[in-house]
Amino acid sequence: MLLADASAAAWSWNLISDFQQMWSFPFMVNAFRAGAIVAVVSAVVGWFVVLRRQTFAAHTVSAVAFPGAAGAVLIGVSAVYGYFALCVAAALVIAVLQGNGDHEESALTGTVQAFLLASGFLFIALYKGLLEGPQTILFGTFLGITASQVTVLLCVGIVVLAVLALIGRPLLFASVDPQVAAGRGVPVRALSVVFLVLLGAATAEASQITGTLLVFALMVIPAATAQVLTARPGLSLMLTVLLAFAATWLGLTAAYYSPYPLGFFVTSIAFAGYLLTLSVRALRGIRGRTGVPLPTEEVAA
Amino acid sequence: MNPIAKVRDAVGHALPSPRGDGHDQVPETGSDAVLVLRGAAVHVAGRALWSSVDLRIKAGEFTAVLGPNGVGKSTMIKVVLGALPAATGEVRVLGVRPGQANDRIGYLPQRRSFDASLRIRGIDVVRMGLDGDRWGVPLPFPGARRRAARERVTEVIELVGASAYAHRPIGQCSGGEQQRLLIAQALVRRPELLLLDEPLDSLDLPNQSAVAALIGRICHQEDVAVVMVAHDVNPILHHLDRVVYLAEGGAATGTPEEVITSKTLTRLYGTPVEVLRTSDGRLVVVGQPEPPAIHTDRHEAYGSGHAAG
Ligand SMILES: Nc1ncnc2c1ncn2[C@@H]1O[C@H](COP(=O)(O)OP(=O)(O)OP(=O)(O)O)[C@@H](O)[C@H]1O
Ligand SMILES: [Mg+2]
Repeated sequence: MLLADASAAAWSWNLISDFQQMWSFPFMVNAFRAGAIVAVVSAVVGWFVVLRRQTFAAHTVSAVAFPGAAGAVLIGVSAVYGYFALCVAAALVIAVLQGNGDHEESALTGTVQAFLLASGFLFIALYKGLLEGPQTILFGTFLGITASQVTVLLCVGIVVLAVLALIGRPLLFASVDPQVAAGRGVPVRALSVVFLVLLGAATAEASQITGTLLVFALMVIPAATAQVLTARPGLSLMLTVLLAFAATWLGLTAAYYSPYPLGFFVTSIAFAGYLLTLSVRALRGIRGRTGVPLPTEEVAA
Repeated sequence: MNPIAKVRDAVGHALPSPRGDGHDQVPETGSDAVLVLRGAAVHVAGRALWSSVDLRIKAGEFTAVLGPNGVGKSTMIKVVLGALPAATGEVRVLGVRPGQANDRIGYLPQRRSFDASLRIRGIDVVRMGLDGDRWGVPLPFPGARRRAARERVTEVIELVGASAYAHRPIGQCSGGEQQRLLIAQALVRRPELLLLDEPLDSLDLPNQSAVAALIGRICHQEDVAVVMVAHDVNPILHHLDRVVYLAEGGAATGTPEEVITSKTLTRLYGTPVEVLRTSDGRLVVVGQPEPPAIHTDRHEAYGSGHAAG
C-alpha cells in the first residue's frame, strides 16, 4: 500500500514541517483539496438539512451511495459516476414520494433503502475481483484520490453552492415558515425538490471522503453543533463550514500519521466537537439556574 | 333548550357607530376597493362550503370573518390569497385576480407554533417577512438598504411590543410571544391588506384587547384593510367596521349591528339564535352557532372590569 512509506514519518508538532511533509505526496495534496471541497459543500447543504429536519432523507440518500459505487465498479466505470447517479436518483425518488405534503414517507423510503443496500452487497459479491471490499465504500478512504476526481468534486461543488446561493433565502423562508412563504409566492414545493437534488449531489461528494455510512459526520454533525452554539442564521452557517472543514483536515492529518481509517477520525472529531458544545451549554444552563448572571449567546452576540 | 326571547331593539343602539353607510348589498368592482367578493362560493374536496358571499372592503376598514368551526373561514382567506379558486362568482384583490398581488398582502396563518428545537431567532422570522422571498444572497457589506431593512424590522418589533424576546430562538418563545412576532412578520412590509387567521388565538384576555387595539390602530391610522378571522367577536367589536358571518351554505355581510342580531343569525342558521347584550357592551350569542358556555365564562371572569368603547 501507498501508506507504507508515508506513515514512516512521525508527527513532530512542527505544523509547517508536518504539512510540508504530508503535502510532498501528490495523493495527500489531492486528499486535502478534496476534503476541503467536500467539507464546505456538505456543511452548507447539511445546515439546511438540519434546519428542515430532513436527516432521514439524507441518511437514505447516503445509504444508496453504496450500491451506486459498487454497481459502477461492477459495470466497469468509475465509482464517482455511481455515487452521483444513484444519490441524485434517490433524492428524486424521495421528492416524488413526498407528494404534496412536506412530510417524508418514512416507511416506504426505508424499504427502498434496505433493498438498495442489499443490491450493493450483491454487486460486490458478483464482482469478486479487484474491489478491495466494501470497507472503502462504506467507511471512506483518502488514498488514490486522483486529480481528475478533485476536478469533478470541485465542479459539482461549485454548481451546488451557486444554486444554493441563488435559492438560499427563499429556501430558508420555506423551511421555517412554509405557509407564509407560499402565500408570498415562494415555490415551496419546487424548492423542496431542488434541495433534495442538491442533497443528493452533496451526499455523493461526501461519500467519497467519509464513506457512505459516515456521511452524517460532515452533513449533520457540524450543522447540529453550530445550531446549538448560535441561533443567528449567518453566523451558524459560517460556523458549520468552519467545523466541517476543521474535522476533515484534522481527520486527514490523523489518518496520515496513524494506521486507522479516515472516516473514523472525521466522525470522531466532529462528534467530540458536538459533545463539547452540548456540555458547555449544559454547564451554562446549570450556572444560569444557580443564579450566576450570564448572558445567553444570542443576547450577547 | 334555549328559551328564545325576542331581542328587538336592544342590540344595535349602544354599539359604536361604524363609518360609511354600512350597506353593501351588491358591490361593484371599483378601483378603490381593496377586496371585492361578488357572489363567491367555494368547494373543498367536492363539497360546497359557503356560497353567495358579497363583500366589498375599502382601505382602512376592519372586517371580521365569523362562524363556527369548519365552516370555511380559513378557506376564505386561502381564496383571497389565490391558493384555492372560487367555484363561482368573482374575487378581486387589490384590483387584480387573487394571487397576483400577494406581495402587498400580509398574511398570518391559523395557529402554527414553531418546534421548540428550531434555532432561528424571532427577529430572523420577522425579517423573512420583509425580504425572505428574494432570490440570491444579500451583499455582506453594510449599505443604506441593509440599514433601512434592519431599522424597519426593529421598528415593527417595537410596534407589536416584542422587543424583549425577539432575539431569542423562536421555538423557545411562548405561544403568545410567537403570535406577536408573527403579527410583526405580517406587518413588516407595510401591506395594503392584512389577512389574519385567528391572531388572538393563543393570547390571554389583556393581550387580546391589546393586540386587537394595535391592529385597529394600524388599520385606521395607516389605512390598511384588515380581514380578521375571529372566534370571539368581543375583543375586536369596537374596532370593527364590518362583519362577515359564514354559515353552511350562506353568509351574512354588513355592520356588526346589522349582522350580529337574533333575526339575522336565526335566518342564516335556520335555527333559533339569540343575541344578548351585556351591560358592558359585549355580545353574547346563545344557541347556534357557538356554544354559549365560552362566552358566559369569559364574561363572568373578565367582563365586569372591562369597559367596552
Ligand atoms: N385540504 C382539504 N381537503 C379536504 N377538506 C378540507 C381541506 N381543507 C379544509 N377542508 C375542510 O373544509 C372545511 C373548512 O375548513 P376551514 O379550515 O376553512 O374551516 P374554519 O372555518 O377555518 O374552521 P376553524 O374555526 O376550525 O379554523 C372543513 O370542514 C375542512 O374539513
Ligand atoms: Mg380556520
